[in-house]
Amino acid sequence: MAELSLTDIRKSFGDTEVLKGISLTVADGEFVSLVGQSGCGKSTLLRIIAGLEAPDAGEIVIDGQPVNDLPPKMRNIAMVFQDYALYPHMSVAENLAMPLIMARLPLGARLPLMRLVSPRHKAERPGIMADVEKVAAQLRIDHLLDRRPAQLSGGQRQRVALGRALVRDPKLFLMDEPLSNLDAKLRVQVRKDIAELHDSSGLTFVYVTHDQTEAMTMSTRVALMQSGTFLQVGTPNALYTQPERLDVARFIGSPEINNLPGEAIAGRVHLAGRPLDLQVPVDGPIQIGIRPEALAVADAPGLIFPAELDRGHLTELPFKKRLLEDLGPELVLHGSFSHFPDVDIRIRAQKSSKFRLDGPTASRTDLDVLVDPDMILVFDAQGERLTTTSRMQPVEGVA
Amino acid sequence: MASTAAERAQARLAYGLVAPATFLILIIYIVPIAVVIGMSLTDYTLISDYYEFTGLENYTRMLDEEPFRNALWNTFVYAAFLMPLAFGLGLVIAIAIQERQQFRSILEVLYFLPVTATLTAMALVWAALMDSRQGVLNGTLELVGIPGLNWLGSEALVLFSLAIISLWALIGFNMVLFLAGLTAIPKSLYDAAAIDGADGAIDKFLKVTWPMLGPTAMFVAVTNSITAFKIFDTVAVLTQGGPNRASEVYLYLAYLEGFEYFNMGYSAALSLVFLAIIFAFALLQALVIDRKVHY
Repeated sequence: MAELSLTDIRKSFGDTEVLKGISLTVADGEFVSLVGQSGCGKSTLLRIIAGLEAPDAGEIVIDGQPVNDLPPKMRNIAMVFQDYALYPHMSVAENLAMPLIMARLPLGARLPLMRLVSPRHKAERPGIMADVEKVAAQLRIDHLLDRRPAQLSGGQRQRVALGRALVRDPKLFLMDEPLSNLDAKLRVQVRKDIAELHDSSGLTFVYVTHDQTEAMTMSTRVALMQSGTFLQVGTPNALYTQPERLDVARFIGSPEINNLPGEAIAGRVHLAGRPLDLQVPVDGPIQIGIRPEALAVADAPGLIFPAELDRGHLTELPFKKRLLEDLGPELVLHGSFSHFPDVDIRIRAQKSSKFRLDGPTASRTDLDVLVDPDMILVFDAQGERLTTTSRMQPVEGVA
Repeated sequence: MASTAAERAQARLAYGLVAPATFLILIIYIVPIAVVIGMSLTDYTLISDYYEFTGLENYTRMLDEEPFRNALWNTFVYAAFLMPLAFGLGLVIAIAIQERQQFRSILEVLYFLPVTATLTAMALVWAALMDSRQGVLNGTLELVGIPGLNWLGSEALVLFSLAIISLWALIGFNMVLFLAGLTAIPKSLYDAAAIDGADGAIDKFLKVTWPMLGPTAMFVAVTNSITAFKIFDTVAVLTQGGPNRASEVYLYLAYLEGFEYFNMGYSAALSLVFLAIIFAFALLQALVIDRKVHY
């Protein structure tokens, strides 16, 4: 059980400032993901929490205790690495036992061959093996204990790495892109395993990933990083529906949010020269973000669009379809509005059972697309989110 | 067996393509070895065309001869002194250099430099350093009050002096091999070890570095032992086996028998025994390394 608190963490490598004053509090039992593109500093931050890297400034507190000066082993943390970092020359059982051997045996009893003569080794061995077997059973790797890592599949190695982290009963679980070496199908499986592990253990997790899907599906909160700072920290839903910046809106969500230039005239949002039923507190050029599922195609039998689309004040724009991706239960249409031929637009639609690929909806290229002002995110020219109000009622955001 | 014209043409082409390499291997390796084997069964000398087939007499003669036992013993003493030091120092220097951020490549080049130098020429430099009256080594020793040593002129010391020269030439080679092995160890293993509690120098070495270096270490040990047994050039240049045959090592004996005493038959037999020893080491390497490389 542990709470983690970071205050104004800074770190530079040479002239490159990697972390520019990071502050974050992770509550006991929380699952926080650090997400961002490679090079944003997320792995460095995790290594600083682990104690593998020392910050230039700032304070790290685990469970009320400042740990800046403590080595990794004293911080009571566990870490799972991207390449698993299993000891290739040891069996699975030995890998799992390693943290316990290091913690429970003095140096003299750990030296080679001492296992044969050291009384301390003899006394501790059964307890260590019992703990190893318990964790192995919990992770369903008890049948693999005698194998070496090279004889295991990727998913099994991943579980051994989890086991080695779990066996020492850590307060804080750190994970550095643990799924990136797995194939797509296994990734979904291990994602579920990790989420279940979090639920059942009640431990505090900090998880680093560049994959927004992983972050969104597993976390209680997501911290989105860019160039050494947090862009936004919040629940997955808050990041998706209430992004504070255009960068956040673009990073979170797949397919990516549609981004169109717009204009505010006398506080009213205009898209493609047409006034929308939407007010913003600025004038001049603005940026409009529309999620792919917030667009609807008019007269499209076989497609289902969200019921929240308010038919009352929709704006209709001509759209040229270039590509249709059939994802099974849903479709993604790629194309562009006639007013913005250079901007790629993605529309996501549910298929109904009546949908047919050779039907009229799929074969047409010129479509009319409906834009619902209530489902639009508006950002200023610098990418900061603007609060919007509808003429009819104040809009807090999109459901 | 019926074969079409196309198949026969294909076969002719295949034989034609492997013929040059086969021919070269034959005349460079196979035929000379066969000639040496044949020669070792005769009493052929360089000074006479007449020779007789003597069977295994050359080999049984070895067992009785004191020079053979002396040469074998000298070579083992020299190797027993050289190998652990070359291995240990090479490893220590490699680890020390690996930990450095600055000047790493400069240090690597400096330590590797002796490997690139011609040992025969460098042996003369060492002879000057080790000179018992004017040598820098003795000068330095006398500065700190230790009486000078007769490095290359003392029966008790000459093998160790030769080993020191070889050590100087060998450390850089071992260092480069160990560095390659160290660089291949994933950094995350040390991170994992630090989190597991193995963050001290001894634990890091015992739990990660040494086991991960296993295959490299085996390779270094075996190539070093072969190098040690092949000592010839420094002996030929500096001591000619002296003083009083105290540095008469195996290959130098084979050279003496063949080209000084003209007993080519006996010399050929000595060479073949040497080949068998080297082959045993190579076999050991192949067997043990293959089993040790489990990752």
